[in-house]
Amino acid sequence: MNIGLTMLAQAISFAIFIWFTARFVWPPLMKAVEERQKKIADGLAAADKGQQELVQAQGRAQDVIGGAKLQSQELIANAQKRVDEMIDQAKSAAKLEGERQLLAARANIDQEVQQARESLRGQVAALALAGAEQVLMREVDITKHKEVLDKLGARL
Amino acid sequence: MAVEHAEHALTPTGYIQHHLTFLTKSTGPTPFWTLHVDTLVMGGLVGLLTFGFLYWVVRGVTAGVPTKRQAFVELAVDFVNNQAKSIFHGDLSFIAPLALTVFVWVLFMNAMDFLPVDIMAYLYRHAFGLTNWRSVPTADVNTTFALALTVWLLMIFFSIKVKGVGGFFHEMFCAPFGNNPVLWIFNFLFNLVEYISKPLSHSLRLYGNMYAGEIIFLLLGLWAATGVAGTIFGAILSAGWAIFHILIVALQAFIFMMLTIVYIAMAHESH
Repeated sequence: MNIGLTMLAQAISFAIFIWFTARFVWPPLMKAVEERQKKIADGLAAADKGQQELVQAQGRAQDVIGGAKLQSQELIANAQKRVDEMIDQAKSAAKLEGERQLLAARANIDQEVQQARESLRGQVAALALAGAEQVLMREVDITKHKEVLDKLGARL
Repeated sequence: MAVEHAEHALTPTGYIQHHLTFLTKSTGPTPFWTLHVDTLVMGGLVGLLTFGFLYWVVRGVTAGVPTKRQAFVELAVDFVNNQAKSIFHGDLSFIAPLALTVFVWVLFMNAMDFLPVDIMAYLYRHAFGLTNWRSVPTADVNTTFALALTVWLLMIFFSIKVKGVGGFFHEMFCAPFGNNPVLWIFNFLFNLVEYISKPLSHSLRLYGNMYAGEIIFLLLGLWAATGVAGTIFGAILSAGWAIFHILIVALQAFIFMMLTIVYIAMAHESH
């Protein structure tokens, strides 16, 4: 055991190393470590926040889906109603149209019957006239009886 | 082993004494001025390598994803920081780096004990021409006293800084027994014993452990004198002791650091 100058020299070395560590080694390293800790803490907080937001978004999505379901049901019901209405309308319109067409057909038929009757009448008149002519040919002088004949023709 | 002992008689005592002789350089008339060159150089070298490594890592430090190297250093720093934080509740900006310095420096000076004594002695002699050269700076009481007394001075410095000169002397005479004038002398004696025993136990614990470790390596090295079988047996025992010594090396560095923190933390407490 020989305590002496060596001790002082070693103490100086020690002091230099303390100074060096406290000045150049410790602060930057601690700064980096603390910065990373902050980053990790921020990341975890962000993850938590994201989780919460996800839950909220899921809730909102559920609401939206529920609303959409209701709305679609309503729409379908409305559409059904509208379809029924349209079918009813179409039915009644068809009925009306049918009736109208029926009436028109009837009127047509009547008209045609009338026409047929007219033409038949004419033909019958002509036939009767022709028959009468045949019968009367001998006795009737066309010149003499022209007036009578014309009156008859007009009446037919 | 025989080669480097040409000038000594080949006796066990001579062998051990040779390994425990410092390379000295006298700088003055009294023994006080004797410089242990090996202690100084090894301590400085270990410190330069250790703190140089730390500085090298710190220069490339990033707050992002750390490299393995940085993660390793951060592990050590975080370990020291947690220890300091758990003992001392105050501004860590000086205590924690101090604790780190003490821990890594002492750890690596202690770790010099793992260098095989005879191979190193051979190397020192034939590569550097040094007949006496001790590898372990902490097995020199000068180093451990230097560390302990520096811590001791810091302890007194912080005690005065926190409590003021008056507070420091008040505590010397009025704690721990009370401020009755009759008790002043007892308080003072008690504190005196405490102030003397702290650096003594602090330094001698480390010194004793490292010195004993070195001697055990030397004693095991003596087996080589008995022949080839003895050499192998001694080598196996040395390996066993080295493995066990890892624990002592790390533990003593840890204890030295913890005591450093505790002493300085105690200096901050007022009674």
